[in-house]
Amino acid sequence: MSFTNNSASRTIQSRSAKERTLNTGFIVFSQIFAWSVAGTLIWLACLVGWQAIPAISKFGLGFVFTSSWNPPQESFGVWPEVYGTLASSFIALALSVPIGLGVAIFLSEDYLPTPVQRVLVFLVELLAAIPSVVFGLWGIFVLIPFLKELTPLKSPALLPAALVLGVMILPTITAISRDAMINVPQDLRQAAYGLGATRWETIIQILIPAASSGIIGGVMLALGRALGETMAVTMLIGNANQVSLSLFAPANSIAARLANQFAEASGLQVSALMYAALILFGLTLAINIIAQLLVTRLQKI
Amino acid sequence: MNPLQETFQQTESILRTENANIYYGQFLALKGINLDVQKNKVTAFIGPSGCGKSTLLRCYNRLNDLIPSFRLEGKISYYDRDLYAPNIDPVQVRRKIGMVFQKPNPFPKSIYDNIAYGARINGYKGDMDELVEKSLKGAALWDEVKDKLKQDGRAISGGQQQRLCIARAIAVQPDIVLMDEPCSALDPISTIKVEELIHELKEQYTIVIVTHNMQQASRVADTTAFFNVKVTDQGNRQGFLVECDRTEVIFQNPREESTQQYISGRFG
Amino acid sequence: MLSDNPDSAQSLWGINNDSLEYNPNSNRTRFGIFMTGLVSLFTAIAIIPLFVVLSYLIINGIEHISFNSFFELPPQALTQDPGGFGNALIGTLIMVGIGLALSVPIGIMAGIYLSEFSHPNIAYWLRFATNVLSGVPSIIVGTFAYGVLVVTFKSYSAWAGGFALAILMLPIIVRTTDEALQLISQDIRQASVGVGANDYQTVLQIVIPSAVPAIVTGVTLAVARAAGETAPLIYTAGFNQFWPDLKLQALSSQPIASLSVLIYQFGISPYENQQQLAWAASFILMILVMLSNIVARIATTKRNF
Ligand SMILES: Nc1ncnc2c1ncn2[C@@H]1O[C@H](COP(=O)(O)OP(=O)(O)OP(=O)(O)O)[C@@H](O)[C@H]1O
Ligand SMILES: [Mg+2]
Repeated sequence: MSFTNNSASRTIQSRSAKERTLNTGFIVFSQIFAWSVAGTLIWLACLVGWQAIPAISKFGLGFVFTSSWNPPQESFGVWPEVYGTLASSFIALALSVPIGLGVAIFLSEDYLPTPVQRVLVFLVELLAAIPSVVFGLWGIFVLIPFLKELTPLKSPALLPAALVLGVMILPTITAISRDAMINVPQDLRQAAYGLGATRWETIIQILIPAASSGIIGGVMLALGRALGETMAVTMLIGNANQVSLSLFAPANSIAARLANQFAEASGLQVSALMYAALILFGLTLAINIIAQLLVTRLQKI
Repeated sequence: MNPLQETFQQTESILRTENANIYYGQFLALKGINLDVQKNKVTAFIGPSGCGKSTLLRCYNRLNDLIPSFRLEGKISYYDRDLYAPNIDPVQVRRKIGMVFQKPNPFPKSIYDNIAYGARINGYKGDMDELVEKSLKGAALWDEVKDKLKQDGRAISGGQQQRLCIARAIAVQPDIVLMDEPCSALDPISTIKVEELIHELKEQYTIVIVTHNMQQASRVADTTAFFNVKVTDQGNRQGFLVECDRTEVIFQNPREESTQQYISGRFG
Repeated sequence: MLSDNPDSAQSLWGINNDSLEYNPNSNRTRFGIFMTGLVSLFTAIAIIPLFVVLSYLIINGIEHISFNSFFELPPQALTQDPGGFGNALIGTLIMVGIGLALSVPIGIMAGIYLSEFSHPNIAYWLRFATNVLSGVPSIIVGTFAYGVLVVTFKSYSAWAGGFALAILMLPIIVRTTDEALQLISQDIRQASVGVGANDYQTVLQIVIPSAVPAIVTGVTLAVARAAGETAPLIYTAGFNQFWPDLKLQALSSQPIASLSVLIYQFGISPYENQQQLAWAASFILMILVMLSNIVARIATTKRNF
């Protein structure tokens, strides 16, 4: 009797000691992996920053405002790229914010029967699935020839790049604004209608302001994507190292500069490209952090 | 006929419900309602949960139009005009027949703009500051908020928020104010304030109030309508009007047994 | 209290104050109709690009694709040879495979930690970092992979490309796992703990199995995203005209082709046979991406960003 009891309790004990170790191991293991995601972000920032140091110490902040890119003479500056990145992104935003917000309104208020609404939402989101290189290809062979017919456009330029960029960020703006609109408490709608507001007075004066942090968050996320978008822009913007106010003039972007020249760069040019990458990274990081804060605030409400 | 009931029927009726059946899809939520709401009186709707008090209330300002499955049979008229006639604009109806909700729901705007909003959309051309002041005074809130009109309407206490919502409703100068359990989310002191306010408001407005609180109905209402709910053979819960009379009659000498049971708490 | 004089009230509130009728000519009604028309138009405008791009892809893709496209090497310039994208298709599969092998275990474990074991505050910041990582432009991720692996191996390689894709897939997998696990009800965990199971037994044997469909959806979306990525491959995997060498050593010492880089290089090439192959490759890439997206979205309603 006592023998059996003893051995049974010993087995249980030894088994649980072993399992406790396994269990702790599992948790620690998962913890390491979770931190490695955050670690990757930091590693990325440090690596790009580290490689950029030679260029940073040589050119300083003037890098951002200089327009030359001359590897043999080791003189580098990204002003045209910074300009082209900002210009193409803001034109894209100017097009897709009103359209995206309009779509979000149309697909969140009960204008359409739910199944129709769901299909349309799905189609808009499918737009986000088209790879950017495919948009680039389409832009080269369809959009640019089409614009050449209609406008003074003669070659790849800022305009086609910005147009395609606008289409590419539309789903982000629509989806996040729509979420924000849907999440506005139903009783605010009722309060407005109850005062004799029409549907559009309710939407514009009550719902949009109430959803504004989510909408702005969505717009910021879209801006972050637009600034960093590479392939479609590289293929359509013309890659010209110049600053021109014309929409029809070739331009450049930071991402396009990286895509075009990294492969054949060496020496200080690599560092200069890393510096450009660092600028783009810093810009998108700041915008993304603000966007995330706004969007998570929306989810908490 | 009861002598009290005769006087009851003499006052002018402002909302008249005739043979109303109210559906959500196939589901008949309220059946065969005949009910008059008297002008410049307070009418209370009482009854067990789910009997359709809110549903009927929301028919009066066509707020149920926002629910796609909603359907009304029968007739609801405001003075002599059919509220559901095809040429009637629900937006105009809601401006004449305002609503205060169970949960205070101020807009995420300043106290001032909460009140000015309705007036602006309805094309008010007078002095806005004056209207805001009048409405806040009318809702007995002015003294408490006059120094913080620029503050967010959600930054004041729940009781104050509810009075802000009442101020917001009366700022557009409606004829009728519908209140759906306006005190159920409030503390006792705020409740007393809102009840006092209701007493004052009936000079100017007709008030219909839904309440679960018997005492409240007996304190504020001139007329009380008791609704009940029965389970049909198909197993649906169907609401109906049991009786509607002067509040004293309902509380002291109701015609129906079920009313007696409900008000004395021996219900269900 | 409020205006006592009905006449003055009338003038203050405009003419239609007392009318209950619907007025099709009022500014409010007209504004509403105009705005409704406008947003329906916007919705049409938003949908059109999808159909336009897809229809060009289908038309040009079908015209230039053939059975041989799958088994041949890309064509040289200045020939009549239509060629194929066989090596690029294999390259894409290899690199997406490497990306999956790296990101799935890490991503799922990280998701488990976030939803099962972490302190809420820590989880908040780790989720935040995950979301920020998913917003890092893919070209920057390529730059990173270049710095880490290309510099080390002194060559473009499948590993470097796969590594870059893994970083792009990682946040998607972490997030979907995390969200899927959070949806599993607490009861089922308690039931398992109640019969004496350890944390890891509960997670691996009870919680994860119920979350598998959602996790699979997340992985599918991650694959769809990775397969279409070009920017992070240009200077990590590079491009190759020839069949990939599948020996382990070669995967770290030779550039490798991919569908997306092929589309880019041949899309901007001046030679017609190469341009045509770019359309054919786009068509296939699109089918891959769309299929995985549709499958993933039908399974659950998740978004891919
Ligand atoms: N939007 C709706 N769709 C379908 N059915 C509804 C809807 N709103 C209410 N109902 C149903 O109609 C019936 C009456 O609901 P109503 O909210 O009017 O009751 P009530 O008397 O106000 O109850 P309470 O005292 O709980 O507020 C209930 O059975 C309810 O389930
Ligand atoms: Mg109710």
